Amino acid sequence: MSHPQELVCAPRAPADVLIADVRVLDPAAGIDARRDVLITQGVLAELAEPGSLAPAEGMEVIKGGGRLLLVPAFFDPHVHLRTPGQEHKEDLESGTRAAAAGGYAGVIAMPNTDPVLDSAPLLRSLRDAAARQARIAVGFLPAITRGLEGGQLSEMAELRSEGAIGFTDDGRPVASAGMLRKALQYQRLCGGVIVLHEEDPTLSRGGSMNEGPVSAALGIAGIPTVSESTMVARDAALAGYEDARVHFQHLSCAESVRALAEAKARGWRVTGEVTPHHLLLTEEDVRAMDTSMKMNPPLAGEHDRAALVEGLRSGVIDCIATDHAPHARDEKEVPFEQAPMGTTGLETAFAALHTELVLGGVIPLELLVSRLGTGAELFGLPAPAIRVGEPAEVALIDLEARWVAGEHGWESRSANCCFAGRALRGRVLATLCRGAIAHRDRALAPVAA
Amino acid sequence: MKHLLSIEELDRAAIERIVSQAERFAEVSDREIKTVPALRGRMVLNLFYEASTRTRSSFELAAKRLSADVVNFSAGGSSVEKGESLKDTVLTLSAHKPDAIVLRTPWAGASELVSRWCSAAIVNAGDGKHEHPTQALLDVYTLRRRLGSFDGASIWIVGDVAHSRVARSNVLAFQRMGAKVTLAGPPTLIPRDIESLGCEVRYDLTELPSADIVYALRMQRERMTETWVPSMREYAGWYQINGARLGAGQVLMHPGPVNRGVELSGEVVDSPQAVITAQVEAGVVVRMAVLYEVLAHSRENGQSAREQAAPEAVHQGQPA
Repeated sequence: MSHPQELVCAPRAPADVLIADVRVLDPAAGIDARRDVLITQGVLAELAEPGSLAPAEGMEVIKGGGRLLLVPAFFDPHVHLRTPGQEHKEDLESGTRAAAAGGYAGVIAMPNTDPVLDSAPLLRSLRDAAARQARIAVGFLPAITRGLEGGQLSEMAELRSEGAIGFTDDGRPVASAGMLRKALQYQRLCGGVIVLHEEDPTLSRGGSMNEGPVSAALGIAGIPTVSESTMVARDAALAGYEDARVHFQHLSCAESVRALAEAKARGWRVTGEVTPHHLLLTEEDVRAMDTSMKMNPPLAGEHDRAALVEGLRSGVIDCIATDHAPHARDEKEVPFEQAPMGTTGLETAFAALHTELVLGGVIPLELLVSRLGTGAELFGLPAPAIRVGEPAEVALIDLEARWVAGEHGWESRSANCCFAGRALRGRVLATLCRGAIAHRDRALAPVAA
Repeated sequence: MKHLLSIEELDRAAIERIVSQAERFAEVSDREIKTVPALRGRMVLNLFYEASTRTRSSFELAAKRLSADVVNFSAGGSSVEKGESLKDTVLTLSAHKPDAIVLRTPWAGASELVSRWCSAAIVNAGDGKHEHPTQALLDVYTLRRRLGSFDGASIWIVGDVAHSRVARSNVLAFQRMGAKVTLAGPPTLIPRDIESLGCEVRYDLTELPSADIVYALRMQRERMTETWVPSMREYAGWYQINGARLGAGQVLMHPGPVNRGVELSGEVVDSPQAVITAQVEAGVVVRMAVLYEVLAHSRENGQSAREQAAPEAVHQGQPA
């Protein structure tokens, strides 16, 4: 069976640019040095000592001044591009534009669209659309069960042959252990990672936020953290039993990190991700009932947040994913309990994490850069790297830049960002995907040699 | 005070100011002509997204006693049923330029949201299971009338705390007034971590005799369908306030409407310890004081002028 699982994006003109005297940081390749970086016809042609490379006639020159940072572009295995059916929230063009603005060269889109992405023809048409509209590379995870209803497997093998990277019912759990077990068994035939949103609906039903002191004070029904962690433990055991490859989405609490660590210690083929908001915010941020702080899983307690940071540092949690979940303004401009769950995240992920965790002295920059890229490998995709002779997939970042999230609007079609209004440090100035400039910040006007 | 959104935002002085004002209005209520012109020409809009008889009618009566114009708007049978959002409804009704909007919704935080969307003074008449501040104020008023001060008193709030905005507002209000609050009820209906409000929690009534005041909450029958408790019979067996449990020196309160035979036995409802009727009576004068608090001063300049002006404004306004 052939598996055309590679990501797709619209063709763009290859870049010719000299990035002079920039700090090149690629933790996986063990590079951290000031370099001149020459990109010719989109290919990373040369890495050399600062001052040693000269631009060709008319070639754009970006002066790093030893201050700017060049890293492998980021990869987000968990975004909602809302296409088809909810293009008023986001579409392939706006969503990938937001991703590029955040330094991402690749994203994986979720299937909770309208209609649900659960059939080969729909997957084919989405990939075709992405090949025309997407600024950066996009892959798709179709549904594990038809209509996300948990009752019947989607045609996983056919979907795989049409480019499915894996499968998920994201937004919902696969509530039935028996149904999930069948999907894990079927994975032996078709491959592809089984990606799980963990939540026990009998525990979470009716809840709008984490169960704890804040929900008690607000009188808002809470979702207990065991709603997630018991399902992580259950499904890790199923993955172990079936020797299946499973990835856990947006882990949100200490007990889930522990369940994942135990599963990994037993040699089960499981991985996990965490979002910037779960790394930086807690249920206390929900006290003012700002609907941008309403997401699923909900923001939990401070000890949960600390455990997630520790899990990220130790490697129990493999990567950072934004769960970028755009919603239209009028959908979020309602009382908290009525609001849909989700926050946007692509445009703020690096800056928010850099500001709080790196500048806060909690994790080193290398770790942040690394965990913003490892998502690709988890899905068997090549990770963006700084490698001479390959098409450039890099993000150029000004670590000193100060900005306020959302002050000049958003690239995303939606504005429901939990970090809106925050003072951030570190800004993505440019992103290259497959050798083409996918994003260029207004601060970076082209200057030709 | 521009709005009344929650007890959370009130300190003891603010609570006492409103309750004292209510006491002054109570004198008016005893007269033959019960209206004062304090809010003449002002408009109060009652916007109710949930069924309510006593809260709405007492707000309506309160506004009328202050000579305000009153408009009632219920979500049922309106544009709301056609899918209009809360924000659009509020913006539309704001075109009538209400001076105050009394708002009840099934959603926590809705009053605070609405206060950002329009210039009217907002009075929270219940936002989801979050708060019901005027209920708490009238309960403080009732207790003060019955007991004078209840500083240091022990108050037990018994029943379905999880679904009760009355419980949340009263825990805060009673504590602000110096009382010690204990919440008691079935473990399924006491929210986890509610102790963070500063109260204590008990799952049975063995220590109930230590209470000075027993505040029973309404046990809603629909909770049965979600199996919060095994049966009303078992609930009543463990948590009903009845003649055997209620001491002669204890004061009994209930926000109404009472389920006789469930949270309260018939005998205690009619007992001299019960102040349930007094609570209903307090509703009108306390809501007069709240409307007066958020509206009457807004014509005058400066915050400092307000408090001194308040009593005179009433007396001058009284009919001869």
